[in-house]
Amino acid sequence: MSREREKGMSLIVKTITRLTVGLIFLYGVYIVTHGHLSPGGGFAGGVIIALSFVHLMLAYGKEKAFEKLSRAAASLFEDAGAILFLSIALLGFTGGYFFLNFISKGQPFKLFSAGIILPCNIAISLKVGAGIFAIVVALVLLEFELEEEKKEEKKGKR
Amino acid sequence: MVELYVLLVLMIIGALIAIEIKDLLSSVIAVGAAGLALSIIFLILKAPDVAITQLVVEILALIILVRGTLKRDLPFSTTGRWLLNTIITACFVVIFLAVGMKCFKDLPEFGYPIMKVAGTYIQEGLQKTGAVNLVASVILDFRAYDTLGEATILFTAVIGVLAIVRKIGRKKVDEEIREEDEEEI
Repeated sequence: MSREREKGMSLIVKTITRLTVGLIFLYGVYIVTHGHLSPGGGFAGGVIIALSFVHLMLAYGKEKAFEKLSRAAASLFEDAGAILFLSIALLGFTGGYFFLNFISKGQPFKLFSAGIILPCNIAISLKVGAGIFAIVVALVLLEFELEEEKKEEKKGKR
Repeated sequence: MVELYVLLVLMIIGALIAIEIKDLLSSVIAVGAAGLALSIIFLILKAPDVAITQLVVEILALIILVRGTLKRDLPFSTTGRWLLNTIITACFVVIFLAVGMKCFKDLPEFGYPIMKVAGTYIQEGLQKTGAVNLVASVILDFRAYDTLGEATILFTAVIGVLAIVRKIGRKKVDEEIREEDEEEI
């Protein structure tokens, strides 16, 4: 059972995944970058980005997903997001106080407006996406390894 | 308003099925149905930000639950200590109620300054932050400190999960710990 799952699911699922996974990823990026203009934001967009990688992992197996985003890269993105968010907050001290909106606000309804809100959204999306991908990977791999351990135990008993 | 009540009934039915049914997969699907109904309720109540977040988190939770619960039953480990647990729970409830009674006396009257803070945000949010989406301007400008706390909670949760389920924490009794095992993680 576990060997079949590691290879991935059936051909239909793989084909549909290949067609849709890029669109899901792009939709996540859109939700993140337009967080200050339309509903959504860093958290929801980050979860959608993580779900695109989870989608890949469920359909193709973990090796294919790790080619796109390895565990080291995931933890690097998570840390980078946290540090970026905190440094944006601390940079507010250059003008006065914590979380000061120190970038110019620009015109409303434009993509590059609203000062620090766009970089904050990107930082949160990095953090949330990489973190949730890491959690899912940890839980799924735990189950794979448990199955393998059980198989080994059965073989040992025989 | 009628559709709200229909969805509420659907949520209650889903929650009841999730609790009562014996099959784990059906229970997980019932939880997902309740979450979907909640997401549609948020959409009807004109909160699209929360609806999107609820929907994606629901999908994620469904994946984790399906992958995590299907194969094995987790043992319920609080048997044998029910008396101690009940006494501790009762003590905490009494303490929280006593402290809560003191705190509630200092709060303003229920619903009295209607929209005092929210009205300021609605009127001055666009000029002060430049963000068209008012929710984004609240969570990342006026209340950015709360968002920092939320991000910290998620960070801690990720560290906790990775620390609990890592390979080296689940070694067998007579297994040796090698350096390369640790690097793999």
